[in-house]
Amino acid sequence: MMNSIKQQLMNLFKKQSDLTTILLFAAGVLTMPIWLDPIGANYPDLLQKFVIFGIFAVGYNILFGLTGYLSFGHAVFLGVGSYTAVWSFKLFTMNVLPAMLFATLISGLIAAAIGFVSMRRSGIYFSILTLAFAQMFYNLAYSVLIPITNGETGLQLRMHDIRIIDNYFSDPAPGLPSTELFGMSMNGYSGFYFCAVVLILAFYVAMKIFRSPFGMKLKAIKSNQHRMRYTGSDTRPYLITAFIISGMFAGLAGALLAVTDPLAGAERMQWTASGEVILMTILGGVGTLFGPLLGVGIIKYLENIFSTINESVLQQFFSFLPQWGENFMVAIVSPFVGDGWHLTLGILFMIIIIFLPGGLMEGFQKIKKRYLTKGVKDSESTTKQE
Amino acid sequence: MSKPVLKISNVNKSFGGLQALRDINLEIEKGKVHAIIGPNGAGKSTLLNVCVGLLKPDSGSVTFNGGINVIGKSPHEINQMGLARVFQTPEIFPDLSLLENVMIPAFSKRDGAFHLQLFRSLASETKITQEAKEVLASVGMEAKADEIAGSLSRGDKRRLELAMCLIQHPDLLLLDEPTAGMARHDTNKTIELLKKIKEGGMTKIIIEHDMHVVFSVADTISVLAQGAIIATGTPDEIRGNPIVQEAYLGGAEL
Ligand SMILES: Nc1ncnc2c1ncn2[C@@H]1O[C@H](COP(=O)(O)OP(=O)(O)OP(=O)(O)O)[C@@H](O)[C@H]1O
Ligand SMILES: [Mg+2]
Repeated sequence: MMNSIKQQLMNLFKKQSDLTTILLFAAGVLTMPIWLDPIGANYPDLLQKFVIFGIFAVGYNILFGLTGYLSFGHAVFLGVGSYTAVWSFKLFTMNVLPAMLFATLISGLIAAAIGFVSMRRSGIYFSILTLAFAQMFYNLAYSVLIPITNGETGLQLRMHDIRIIDNYFSDPAPGLPSTELFGMSMNGYSGFYFCAVVLILAFYVAMKIFRSPFGMKLKAIKSNQHRMRYTGSDTRPYLITAFIISGMFAGLAGALLAVTDPLAGAERMQWTASGEVILMTILGGVGTLFGPLLGVGIIKYLENIFSTINESVLQQFFSFLPQWGENFMVAIVSPFVGDGWHLTLGILFMIIIIFLPGGLMEGFQKIKKRYLTKGVKDSESTTKQE
Repeated sequence: MSKPVLKISNVNKSFGGLQALRDINLEIEKGKVHAIIGPNGAGKSTLLNVCVGLLKPDSGSVTFNGGINVIGKSPHEINQMGLARVFQTPEIFPDLSLLENVMIPAFSKRDGAFHLQLFRSLASETKITQEAKEVLASVGMEAKADEIAGSLSRGDKRRLELAMCLIQHPDLLLLDEPTAGMARHDTNKTIELLKKIKEGGMTKIIIEHDMHVVFSVADTISVLAQGAIIATGTPDEIRGNPIVQEAYLGGAEL
């Protein structure tokens, strides 16, 4: 009896159908406010960041994880998505759907152009090309493109924006309007739940791609591009398609950043932002479905929670110790929190790269394997005894 | 006489000062196994590289299936024409499972050079999965279908690569030393396999150092020495050819 339940549980973990995976995933995402509460991460602003950067990372993983092409310029699409969304709010309507649609399409177009050129090269040269494009866009945003980006001030909503569609149906209300979905405001928790639903859909798309012949072909290109060509596949259009899809995911994430906070600035396109998504993906596990999301969780948690821990918080935390012990612990831990969170991230990153080059997911895989094989052996030995 | 599957005419290729191929002329008939033998550095691999578009010859022409020009075409186009190749150093997908390794070429054959099917589920590809399992079984590796290909022995990698080519049912299969680096009993297994495919009527060019292999599978043989073909004929003709004996076989017992 126990064994059969165990067996079923094992099967559940071994071979997940698309449906089980997406249901488990949706449940996990939608209950985030509950299970993130004990670690102090249950506030809308951070929850929104988790899911939005989750979309960014899931999309990035379609390129980097499946094809192995390391783009250093994906923050461009995040920025383009934000600018496009804010323009949609300014010109047409505060409804978020058109903004997201335009952002995704325009990011896709720009990704097609950048991908077309960058995919002429592979390896480090590809990375450098994407980096060059990203820096070009970043600098243009502060110069030639100021009419579109509003330079250093950033692109914001204004009272006298034309907003053709909204103003056609109703007179403009006093004050700056806020983003909405058919009347539902996109602030606070409703904003989080909306973004969470988008993440679930985005994850579903990524999962379908991972588990399609197309995804398998991308993995084959990563594994041996030379062989892939002699096997009759033209690898370039496959690679460009992967680049465009991941660019569209990034554009969508950028749009959601603007949905939850209708403001777009060029700093979103800086190379450090591109670097961050690489860190997230590697930390969690390149080429795994869930890994990048884990990476997002850890980095955003460190960035937002660890960075706010100061000495008084630490003193409180260690107050159960005698005075000298408290001082000692605070002195040891304080360099790793507050502004020192980068140090924690750096150390964590090094430990993972050295011991688990496949990221945290590799660690889980190892534990699971050990547990499962042990479980099977146990049940085998009990059967023999019977 | 039926039209040749592959026609190589007046091909020359040099690397810097080294003339790797001199005025090569060769016709491969449909359904025949043609072996190319010759000492190390004779230009055998170079000749195959020219045929699959990996190298562009300095002059001459290579045509496939009754006149389709091969030179200047990209590798995937040449494969789509119906020409598959096993490389001298095994070229497989080391990070994928054996089954996936064999499924990929089947997809390429079915889908063409590029085909967008983002949401088709792998689980629904029962036909190709089944075919891949059968082909793996035909090379004796069905038990390892779920293993990662990178961990295979060299001999197994070669057989896997052969399976990857076989699933495409190419009009012409090029094999560059399919038994190199294999233990004796592995070699025998591969010979059996090659004989079996031969019965299927697939046209092949095979480069091989192992004379045992050559004489047991080839219909015709060409001997390459210093970039030039010095003799072409049936196994018996080659065996008895004094020029060949001197240039290559060096009196070795055949
Ligand atoms: N890409 C290249 N650049 C320069 N020289 C080359 C190149 N490829 C082959 N060669 C030279 O051309 C000659 C023929 O090489 P090839 O690989 O065709 O010989 P082979 O008959 O296949 O020999 P083996 O039996 O050792 O495989 C050799 O001298 C080799 O060094
Ligand atoms: Mg060779």
